[in-house]
Amino acid sequence: MSSNNDTIGKTLTVTILLCVICSVVVSAAAVMLKPKQVANKDLDRKSNILAAAGIADPSKSVDEMFKQITTRYVDLDSGKFVEEPAANYDAAKAAKDPQFGEKLDRGVDIASIKYQAKVMPVYLVESSDGAIEKVILPVHGYGLWSTLYGFLALEGDLNTVVGLGFYSHAETPGLGGEVDNPLWKALWPGKKVYADNTSDPEIHLVKGGVDPSTPNAEYKVDALSGATLTSNGVTHLIQFWMGKNGYAPFLNNLRAGEA
Amino acid sequence: MSKTNEVLVGPIVKNNPIALQILGICSALAVTSNLKTALVMGIAVSLVTAFSNLFISAIRNHIPGNIRIIVQMTIIASLVIVVDQILKAFAYEISKQLSVFVGLIITNCIVMGRAEAFAMKNPPGISFLDGIGNGLGYSLVLMFVGTIRELFGSGSLFGIEILPLVNNGGWYQGNGLLLLPPSAFFIIGMFIWIIRSWKPEQVEKPEYTLASNTKGAEH
Repeated sequence: MSSNNDTIGKTLTVTILLCVICSVVVSAAAVMLKPKQVANKDLDRKSNILAAAGIADPSKSVDEMFKQITTRYVDLDSGKFVEEPAANYDAAKAAKDPQFGEKLDRGVDIASIKYQAKVMPVYLVESSDGAIEKVILPVHGYGLWSTLYGFLALEGDLNTVVGLGFYSHAETPGLGGEVDNPLWKALWPGKKVYADNTSDPEIHLVKGGVDPSTPNAEYKVDALSGATLTSNGVTHLIQFWMGKNGYAPFLNNLRAGEA
Repeated sequence: MSKTNEVLVGPIVKNNPIALQILGICSALAVTSNLKTALVMGIAVSLVTAFSNLFISAIRNHIPGNIRIIVQMTIIASLVIVVDQILKAFAYEISKQLSVFVGLIITNCIVMGRAEAFAMKNPPGISFLDGIGNGLGYSLVLMFVGTIRELFGSGSLFGIEILPLVNNGGWYQGNGLLLLPPSAFFIIGMFIWIIRSWKPEQVEKPEYTLASNTKGAEH
């Protein structure tokens, strides 16, 4: 290294040149790859919705299958369909935006999510005559280490579970992480969320397995072994989102045909 | 040729960045619970080390001594962002699993260590190879740790089931500890032990010897 590298002039020149070159490279990469990344994210979300609804078919492309799904937006308070509140509306971001979200009181926030968006997207599978076959609802809540994000899919009766799947969480691998286990997920289809004529969710996880012959077995799902806190988290998040601060008003309206 | 060989193959066993230089342990703990992420991380670190060595070496005669670390960091950080963006665009699933650890390649001591120790003193071509070599050494350890952790932790390799788990109706009870980051400490420790038993010249000389016990044998 020659000694004249250490003059102020040379130092400034090298710094400025380096910064300009590096920022051009970084911005070029970010801008050129952006469309592909957005498409990936979208594809990921769509395939998770399809998986929760149990209509994923590996032989078809995700976009093709997603055509049977209608995306609508629901105001949680009134339980009515609304227009998309903003272009590229993202409920997770909106929750913390004072314009679109609100802070939850400790007492009602059983899923420990702190902020909730006022408008949530819902995904509908409609038959050719417009009747609703399946409703797929985004849900999330805190487990042991992390917030679990997933989708709960209901049958057209708006009570029977079609499937539950989480697409993002960081629970303990092998214990709470078993929420991803297909065998555990297979316990969900056919379970009922609400007891007859109520809008307080009844469904919850229980320890020690569920004997189908016991009364109310349709509201009970076997908890994850060795993962009490994750299991509680799942119970809480389902009860929160299916309760009156979640989708219950919307589901009631939908049942009455008034959404 | 011998120099090229030494630079490229040397770091794999003889001068392994993890086993001998003890660099880059943190990411080795985090991304080795399955082989796929370990492999992608190995490739990403190899590329970043190689290209940061190349660029730093190319401008080494113009880097002012008093800001050289900042210059190195800027180049490394830019490369890491580019790698992160590329992964997000072309390997979205894997980039989700690697999450913050791609960004943390910036803090991987191997990259900075090789830039400072090798690229600042050698021409670009050989520096590039040194980066690849050290990347391979890092990848080798990651793959070794990843193989053990995935095989005995989740009973599979590259996601293909080898030992059917009890949870999935098989007979093998997965070892939960191996799925958690601390298990990599034990495995890396054993890896270093194996290498040093094979090549005893890697064992450091003790920094001091214990004095013999003068109070012994009184009774």
